[in-house]
Amino acid sequence: MLLKTLSESSGVSGGEKEVRQFISHQVRPHVENVETDILGNLIVRKKGKKEGPVLMVASHMDEVGMMVAGFEKSGLIKFFKVGGIDDRVLLSKVVQIGPNKVPGVIGAKAIHLQKPEERKKSIKVEDLCIDIGAGSRDEAEKRVRLGDYITFSTRYEEIGDNCAKGKALDNRVGCAVLIEILKREGYPYSFYGVFTVQEEVGMRGAGTAAYRIKPDLALAVEGTTAADVVEVKEEGHVTTLGKGPALTIMDASVIAHRGMVSFLMKLAEEKGIPYQIRRFTGAGTDAGRIALTRQGIPSAVVSVPCRYIHNPAGILNLKDVEYTVKLVEEFVKNLPEGGFDNEGID
Amino acid sequence: MDIIDFLQKISTTPGVSGYEDKVSEIVMEEFKKYSHKVSRDVLGNVIALKKGLNNGPDTPKIMLAAHMDEIGLMVSKIEEGGFLRISSVGGIDPRTLLNQEVLVHGRKDLPGVIGAKSPHILEPEEMEKGIKLDKLYIDLGISEARANEMVSVGDIVTIRRDFVPLGEKMAAGKAMDDRAGVAVVLQCLQELQGIRHDADVYAVATVQEEVGVRGAIVSAYGVAPDIGIAIDVCHGDMPGVPEHKTSLLGKGTVITTGPNIHPVIYKQLVKLAEEYQIPHQKDTAPGPTGTDAWALQISREGIATGLVSIPLRYMHTSVELLSMEDIKHSARLLARFIAFQKHDGLKELVACF
Amino acid sequence: MKELIKELSEAYGPSGREEAVRKIIQGKLKPLADNMEVDSLGNLIVHKKGPGKRIMLAAHMDELGLMVTFIDKNGFLRFSNVGGISPHVLLGERVVFNNGTAGTIGCEKIDSMKDLNFKKLYIDIGASQKKEAEDKVRIGDTAVYQRNCLDLGGRIISKALDDRVGCAVLIQVLQEIESPANDLFFVFTVQEEVGVRGARTSAYRIKPDYGLAVDVTRTGDTPESETMSVALGKGPTIKVKDTLIISHPRVKKLMVDAAEKAGIPYQLEVLERGGTDSGAIHLSRGGVPSGVMSIPCRYIHTPSEMVDYQDVIHGVGLLKNILETPLE
Repeated sequence: MLLKTLSESSGVSGGEKEVRQFISHQVRPHVENVETDILGNLIVRKKGKKEGPVLMVASHMDEVGMMVAGFEKSGLIKFFKVGGIDDRVLLSKVVQIGPNKVPGVIGAKAIHLQKPEERKKSIKVEDLCIDIGAGSRDEAEKRVRLGDYITFSTRYEEIGDNCAKGKALDNRVGCAVLIEILKREGYPYSFYGVFTVQEEVGMRGAGTAAYRIKPDLALAVEGTTAADVVEVKEEGHVTTLGKGPALTIMDASVIAHRGMVSFLMKLAEEKGIPYQIRRFTGAGTDAGRIALTRQGIPSAVVSVPCRYIHNPAGILNLKDVEYTVKLVEEFVKNLPEGGFDNEGID
Repeated sequence: MDIIDFLQKISTTPGVSGYEDKVSEIVMEEFKKYSHKVSRDVLGNVIALKKGLNNGPDTPKIMLAAHMDEIGLMVSKIEEGGFLRISSVGGIDPRTLLNQEVLVHGRKDLPGVIGAKSPHILEPEEMEKGIKLDKLYIDLGISEARANEMVSVGDIVTIRRDFVPLGEKMAAGKAMDDRAGVAVVLQCLQELQGIRHDADVYAVATVQEEVGVRGAIVSAYGVAPDIGIAIDVCHGDMPGVPEHKTSLLGKGTVITTGPNIHPVIYKQLVKLAEEYQIPHQKDTAPGPTGTDAWALQISREGIATGLVSIPLRYMHTSVELLSMEDIKHSARLLARFIAFQKHDGLKELVACF
Repeated sequence: MKELIKELSEAYGPSGREEAVRKIIQGKLKPLADNMEVDSLGNLIVHKKGPGKRIMLAAHMDELGLMVTFIDKNGFLRFSNVGGISPHVLLGERVVFNNGTAGTIGCEKIDSMKDLNFKKLYIDIGASQKKEAEDKVRIGDTAVYQRNCLDLGGRIISKALDDRVGCAVLIQVLQEIESPANDLFFVFTVQEEVGVRGARTSAYRIKPDYGLAVDVTRTGDTPESETMSVALGKGPTIKVKDTLIISHPRVKKLMVDAAEKAGIPYQLEVLERGGTDSGAIHLSRGGVPSGVMSIPCRYIHTPSEMVDYQDVIHGVGLLKNILETPLE
């Protein structure tokens, strides 16, 4: 299972090697060219029947996680967060550290030892440590190094009705979609698939890759928030599991190109692919960087709804993934020869 | 010039973000002595080129970036009575400004004092609160008419602060962030006079770092290097700050790793420091490093970026304190790093992935 | 020029949907431009040829807006802000969509004004159920303030003077300028209010030697306002610093010299919070020396922004003087 391996691989921003190598191995037989740039973006060229508008389909490989920041005398490990994580989810989790995946746990003071007022407060990352069972600083430093990346240790699993649970679904699900697209054939125009790095620390990879490729248009494939859960009122759901891929009108980083969004909607309706509009304008994606590269690049975002992203265990609907693959495939196959411009938009 | 004299000179010279010309004159003059060509770009970045001996297509082009701007103040309004209201340029803690002596760079340089009520007339509650910038004002001891004649809105203000040597190895002063980095770059150029190197080196003293790494954005685009190393200051050890967030003063140059840093550059720096027995420490940055390195990394198609820092206490005050030894160690490491880059160095930077 | 300001400020054009404004400007400038193009983000680039240096002039077409994110079963619309709007100015405000659908903003019951945020607000377009609302408005549609431009004599009140008044200044200058001494690119930018985005890509495309944004700026001349020296009616401002730029000293000086020489009143501006298109232009490629001319404006980002008409007239004069002097 593609998504299982992708989800269980370690790839915190700046340390995407394991994910990159897996993807590279997967797509190599199906594409014309594979290269890595100096930031670590994996840039793949898929051959079409002819040359046309240059499309870049981007999907980021990195996940939020942590990093070894220091060692206590006792052998406990201080750590920093990499990317946006709620401190409160860190408590009582199993993690793995560095290339050797050294296991460790984030401990919490036993409830018996806490005063009543302590129990009410959230615990900050500054006050937490990772315990790898080392008896001293020296022993700990033998097993992990300063700067080593840390991920949650979460097994991917299919659960419920057509759902899957795992870590890093944002954005390994985007990677899974893009890999699948690259494996298929019959595209009219050659295009680029780019697996980007460091989206979670500021959309760092997408801009440099777009600068290099100079695409005429770009599509980012993402895992996005779904908050269709109890405790959240319907107007706050953002996206809903099982209702198909989500299209972005606007987020904090980009206003999607209106011509492209209308085209995607029309296509979905024609091909009978369910879709939804992302009902939120916050957070950013690679499309934000790509859109502002060089003279500007018309960009849009297609996302798979995922619950509990940036947490140790997220949930998505596998039907949504299928429909997302379908929509992206149809988009690439039906790309207008002239690309998209701003003339003629009402 | 001796590196400590140089640091003393540039630390005491005004050079607030956007108005670095005085300090850049001195930097140009000194960089010129140890490089082949020195120029200034349209935003004022000083760019010195020291050519390498064997520069082929796969020899990395290296850019060193240390920012020469400092945080400072700007006149925002001339009030009745000739008092001046101020706005900050860069991240200033207004509480460190109370009753500082300043220079207002108006039609000519005017000495003045930032006013502070004497304790006799202060309400007890006032003393409990940190003062806000919009309550502060500069007193030049001149009339309103004279103030209007000599000063305009937008004039730059700097804090007057001598360079304070502390014992044999330490010193304190203003603008050590990041004139200390500029001193490292100068000393690196000096060291390179005696070391063979293949790669072209662009030593850049950048502008406007304190207001958003702006000089690095445009100079990195202009120079278009393959490798970029930022040289800046990092937080030194002090009471009340966790150990893993600081580095030790006098214990050597600080080499950072994290998403902002190319893994090969980090490895090479550490390896060379060990090989040449240069005192060094390691640091981690889980996201933005808050230095020119952040801009360098994503210029054009991307640059392999490194960060070398000097531990500094009391950052963004006018008494920033550091050890001269750390400057020297940083410069030695950089020179060794440059000499290490050979004609096929570029390949490794991609092959590691 | 008042009619021009009225026409522009009353037009619909939130960030990302600037086409109505662009159409008005295109219509006015077609006879005067040597070349006119729309780039992939929607910036309108008007080239007026001249000898000498390439100068990029930028005024943004976009205004603030409210984007619909949800339609409930009773036909109420939930929304997010597009650009920097304070929820406080929205209470009781009327808004209008591109297709003419109008509505008013309502608020959930709250105990204190401190609890007020966008999540508590909704747009009521008079629909009694979801279906009826959906016939008029879709998720993703954006509304703007519904306000007319009001001429108070010396001063003008309207929505979106930020930065339609800048657009008006550029149009007027292009209409009046006889012999440009420089090669001029008048750029009417998009998406300034969401992060100076249009200016960034258009500057990359144009590769200017100099950049100059024309925008509005805050003032310190109202009761108990911030300590800022800018006032309405004392002339356009020449910016020294804001959040996004420290104006290039050379550009600042040439603007001051032009004002002094022509005897045009001006004010120097240090802005504590805020930025303009020049923030993006000056960091384009290897750097572009840039400055900003602002029209002082009270109540920025509210439905009732106020400028002084003489400041606008003097702004046109100052800009013309700058552009008719050959730059080095």
